[in-house]
This record gives sequence, C-alpha cells and structure tokens, in this order.
Amino acid sequence: MSGPSRLSVRNIRKSFGTHEVLKGISLDAKDGDVISLLGASGSGKSTFLRCINLLEIATEGEIFVDGEEIRMVKKGGRNQPASQKQVDHIRSELGMVFQSFNLWSHMTILQNVIEGPVHVLKRPRAECIAEAEALLEKVGIVDKRHAYPAHLSGGQQQRAAIARALAMKPKAMLFDEPTSALDPELVGEVLRVMRALAEEGMTMLVVTHEMSFARNVSNRVVFMREGVVDSSGTPEEMFGGGGSPAFRQFIGHLGPA
Amino acid sequence: MDIAFLSQTMLTLIKAVPTTLILFALSVFFGGLLALLIVWMRVSGNRLLAGFARGYIFVFRGSPLLIQMFLVFYGLGQFGVIRYSFLWPFLREPMVCAVLSLALCTAGYSAEIFRAGLRAVPTREIEAARAIGMSGFLLVRRILAPIAFRHALPAYSTEIVLMMKSTALASLVTVWEVTGVAQRLISQTYRTMEVFLCAALIYLALNFIILQALSLLEYALSKHRRAPPTSPSPIPR
Repeated sequence: MSGPSRLSVRNIRKSFGTHEVLKGISLDAKDGDVISLLGASGSGKSTFLRCINLLEIATEGEIFVDGEEIRMVKKGGRNQPASQKQVDHIRSELGMVFQSFNLWSHMTILQNVIEGPVHVLKRPRAECIAEAEALLEKVGIVDKRHAYPAHLSGGQQQRAAIARALAMKPKAMLFDEPTSALDPELVGEVLRVMRALAEEGMTMLVVTHEMSFARNVSNRVVFMREGVVDSSGTPEEMFGGGGSPAFRQFIGHLGPA
Repeated sequence: MDIAFLSQTMLTLIKAVPTTLILFALSVFFGGLLALLIVWMRVSGNRLLAGFARGYIFVFRGSPLLIQMFLVFYGLGQFGVIRYSFLWPFLREPMVCAVLSLALCTAGYSAEIFRAGLRAVPTREIEAARAIGMSGFLLVRRILAPIAFRHALPAYSTEIVLMMKSTALASLVTVWEVTGVAQRLISQTYRTMEVFLCAALIYLALNFIILQALSLLEYALSKHRRAPPTSPSPIPR
C-alpha cells in the first residue's frame, strides 16, 4: 500500500530525568497502513505511541499528522508544543484506544461516544447520536448504549472505547495494548473489531502482544528494543525467519504464534 | 408544660427563619464561589498563587469563626481606608459582616473539600479527554468538575450543614436571626430551656430538609454506581 503519508515521525527522543527511553525513532504510516509495534515491556513502545498525540512530550523530534507538523518551542530548555490549540486539533484527528479503556465513568456509553463530536467538534447533537448508534451497532453493543461503563464487561468497554475514538472520524488510530487488560476469552471480540477496521482501510498503529494480530492483520511489524527500532518489515519477512536475532528470541519466548 | 408559651415562642422564632435562610444561602453561595477561586489558585501550578491559597486555607480553617466575625464587624471600621471608602455603607451593616465572615470561612474548608474531589478524578479519564482534543475550560466543565463534584458531595454536604449551624454566631454581631431572637426572648422571659429548645427544633427541621435535598442530589448523581438496569435497551432502527 502506498497512499499519502498519514503519520510521519522523525527521530523521536524521550527522556525521563536522566533515563533515555526513546533514542531516536522514526516511522512513516501511509494511508491504510496497519503497523504492529512489538517489544518487551520497557522497550518504549507505549511511550512512543503516547508521544505521537503528545500525551508525552518528546524531548526531540518531529511529528507530522496528515502533512501538518506539530510546532514545538524550547521553553526553559525543555521542548513544549507551541500552541495548545494545535495540539487539541491534532489530538482530535487521532483516535486513541487505551489499555484500560478509560471510558468516562459518569456518562452512559452513548454519552461517551457523542462527547467528542458534540463538545470538541461542535457538531449537531441529533446527527452525532445517529452516528454513534450506528458505530455502537458496528462494534456490537448498541443494546448497551444507555448502560454505564461499570455495567459492561472489559471487552464491551474496549469496544465502546473504540467506537468513541471512531466517532471523531480520525485520520489514524493509535492502540496502546488494547487487549492486555482483558480476560483471555474477551480478547477475540476486540481483535475482531480491530480487524474489521483494518479491512476498511483505517490507518492503525497498534502496540500489542497479540502475535496473531501482528502476523495476520498488520502489513508491517516494527520490533522495538531498548528505545530503538531493532528491526522491521512485513509480517512475512519478520515471522518467516527474517527478523533480527533479538526478534527471533523475543517471539521464541512467547511460543509459536 | 406551657403550650401557649411554647407556640407563641415558636411563632416568634419562625418569623426570624427568613433571616437565617438568607444568611445561610448567601454565605454558601459566595463561599462556594470563593472556594472555586481558591482551589483554582491552589492547583494552578503557580507557586505564588498556590502559596496564597495555602495561607488562606490555613488562616480561615485554623482560627475560630467567632473571632473572624468579630474582626470583620468591629475591626474593619478602624481602618480609615475602609471607614471612608464607598464600601463603608455596606460594611457597617451587621448582615453584610456576618455573610462576609461566614463566606470567607467556609471558602477555606470548601476549597480543601473540592481539592480532595479533584484529586479523586482518575488520571485515565482525564487522559482520555485530552486524547480526544479537550483542554482548558472545556476539560474542566465536561470531565473534571462533574466527577470531582460527585466525589466531593458527601464531605461538602457536611460543610453545608455546619454552615447552617454557624449562622447562629451572627446573633453576636446583632443580626436578628433565629438564635438572636431566641436570646432576646430569654432576656425578656428568663425561660431559657423552652426558648432554646424551640430554636434547636427549628435548626433540626431546616437541616433535615437540607440533608434530604442533598441526598436526593447524591442519588441522582450516582446512577453509574448502582446495579445495571435489568433489560437492555431496544435496538434503534
């Protein structure tokens, strides 16, 4: 696939105190790309994902979303976004799905889904409700739309969180270990929704431990180790014995996918 | 038991209830607004503002309300800047002094209660709001404030009830609210027990109503904490 570049990240570095977590990472996602980010815990893959929508501020590096560069300035020697307005705008264009769902507990599922479109994008409420119901139907929980998050299973909550992100009509979706907090029997329902999204052509960046997803759904696999990209390639290359020795050791630990 | 005297006393005291309610409502309202300002300063991240807020909270929580009230009522007039300013016609009114000191005091307590509520808002839910493009006042209005207020409500209810009782102190700066009128009756009749019992009953009744209203509010804001509804919603077509 070679559409226009949806997401482009150049030479991202991130330090917490003296500890450098990301040591210069670049990545390019074209329209429709589904990229799996793999790596042991502590390899920096979640931090990298969070740098893209500025939940963490990279110490160095450039980020482009759909060709628009996020402007940064140095303030007191530290990198800061130049404009909160631009940050909000960029974030509204990137859907984020968290490991622990992060639904707003005081709102029903439907309210969660229409919150962004109504209050951030300022679109008409009735229109947003109709779209939200269609999205909830798509992820299979439309009958739960008036329930509160606490009344849903983990898998249902994560599907609601995906619907909430989709309601913003994002240009790309970021998934931060979306199935890691789920009971094993609930993982499948979330992966099915993600697979359907990938097939529709959504650009996706997925931090995951699900080897079957990386292998069968994504079109590129990026293996991170100690804050750098250790190796990357198509799933066929990476899982067909073409990855680095470290990657082969990594998947060896997890057993056959 | 002198029923005639008791009912006569009750009627006299009830006439003072509006004054008590005005004291209460105004001081809770202005105290609440001031508390929001103080808590905003406290969590602003600005060291000067946060330091001021800390100092404010320490002073008004750490000293007796009665002394604060006396300082406002008897003290302010000693300063020429105030004595001869356009504010003096307001500040020499006992009612204004009482509301001012009650509001200043409750703001200190309420600010700490609101801050505890804010701290109880899960970081995850704030992060989800940021990730969707919210920041600043929108984030406060839609996510932070509703969740924080729900967390703060039980403690804030207690503060509100305490405020109702604290209005009694206003009698000492010559506001004729329920307690003040009760004391005047006692000085005329020397029947301490009956008159104060009637006054206590009035405060109990007022607080009963306030507590009922607050628990209704708490119930209404707790839908997400109750058991799920039994039947799923029908699928829209």
